[in-house]
Amino acid sequence: MESAFIIEKSVFIVVIFAFTMIMAMYSTWAERKVAAFLQDRVGPNRAGWGGLLQPLADGMKLFAKEEFEPNTKNRFLFFVGPAIAMSTALMTSAVIPWGDKLHIFGRDVILQATDIDVSLLYIFGIVSVGVYGIMIGGWASNNKFSLMGAVRAASQMVSYEVAMGLSIIALLMMTGTLSLKQICIDQPGMHWNVFYQPLSFLIFLICAFAETNRTPFDLAECESELIGGYHTEYSSMKMGFYLFAEYANMFISSTLISVLFFGGYNYPGMAWAVEHWGVNIANVIGIGALFVKLCFFIFFFMWIRWTIPRFRYDQLMNLGWKILIPLSIANIIITGICILAFK
Amino acid sequence: MSTSIQNISLSGNKKQVSNKEMTFLERLYLIAIVKGLWITIKHFFKKKATIHYPEQVRPFSPVYRGRHMLKRDEQGRENCTACGLCALSCPAEAITMKAAERKPGEEHLYREEKYAEIYEINMLRCIFCGLCEEACPKDAIYLTISKELVPAQYHREDFIFGKDKLVMPLEMAMANTKKLN
Repeated sequence: MESAFIIEKSVFIVVIFAFTMIMAMYSTWAERKVAAFLQDRVGPNRAGWGGLLQPLADGMKLFAKEEFEPNTKNRFLFFVGPAIAMSTALMTSAVIPWGDKLHIFGRDVILQATDIDVSLLYIFGIVSVGVYGIMIGGWASNNKFSLMGAVRAASQMVSYEVAMGLSIIALLMMTGTLSLKQICIDQPGMHWNVFYQPLSFLIFLICAFAETNRTPFDLAECESELIGGYHTEYSSMKMGFYLFAEYANMFISSTLISVLFFGGYNYPGMAWAVEHWGVNIANVIGIGALFVKLCFFIFFFMWIRWTIPRFRYDQLMNLGWKILIPLSIANIIITGICILAFK
Repeated sequence: MSTSIQNISLSGNKKQVSNKEMTFLERLYLIAIVKGLWITIKHFFKKKATIHYPEQVRPFSPVYRGRHMLKRDEQGRENCTACGLCALSCPAEAITMKAAERKPGEEHLYREEKYAEIYEINMLRCIFCGLCEEACPKDAIYLTISKELVPAQYHREDFIFGKDKLVMPLEMAMANTKKLN
């Protein structure tokens, strides 16, 4: 392996890491702004222009807060919980194709940290490990409310992962690959998968809401019954890690939805742009296109939050097991029939 | 034609509720969700109701009782003679004062021979009832002039307002005099 390759990849990884962190940070700001705007308020506007320094202030506050620990039997697990939640949230961005390639210093720089054949499986694997962060944190808190919150979050995530995986299978049957890069290449221009697999998209979207523990499925946090859910006993930056991981997950889910169903970095006229304006400009616009798409989905997550009231727990389980899973299986069968009929 | 009492809707918002089974489309909830999203996104672009308080102050009602003000007369002299009736009338015991005698050469500062050397109101105790204003025989203390709220502070001591904050600013007195002439 040549050293230039290693440098290229490390720089890229650092950039992606920083980008994920900044996106997660500014998601918190966007969340408060969107929440405020949807409720006819103006939101944070004191720290910096339009409150743009608010996430920095929040981060500083979390760092400066007193580190409180419950009298728990297992301090190690108490520390490991938020660490797992945070690292799994950050690891998924490694296989996202942010663009096709750039041509810098006479080299082709692939805009993806690593293009593994099973990147979709990799993401699903990492996301399921994320459940451990919540479960371990709730368990190690030595608090029944935390444990109940963790059990709720974990069972919800586990049951929606099934429907999520099944909804993706229909898509895989169509694209015939697990590599996100290939899936991106297969939907040039406006040939987005969402037009061929609307049901799969809908199921995936609903499951993404459940996976990230967001409204209407935010049952893990519940002031009236469970106080703060699994992070009740956490304070300072450990608490910050859990909240941060949630926003990083939201960012990754939005990116994944844009890549799987909305063409990723593709935009109409990309081939023309490559021909006439060169690879670099065309791909920078491509990154911009992906950014716009994922920002829309982050906004959509927040928009839904202020529109739909939360589910009751039995309704949540009914929706997951009795509706979404049969629906995604039906989708697989329909897709199979269509593939047989049209190819 | 007489309408039965059940059918009268004075607000015009009366709706007949029914318990009938939902149709399949209704049970999908997707249409309802899209409708809800439409309602919330309309609010996103609406004019915001917020008033940016310290920069933007809502007009007070003319009888609003806000921060006290010790008035000056048309020649800019303090009205207060430190008689103590306001302190006596105060149900919250928020007012204290110390009287002093006017010295020769101070006639342009104080209207009468006696004046308040120290005049303090504890804004944490004050209930803004306006009884001091009613009790004052010299027209000295008013709650309706300043049109200000008592701002938040970090320390209790900062809520004890002395004469520096209470006496009407000279510019305001001058403006008032100009308006009179």
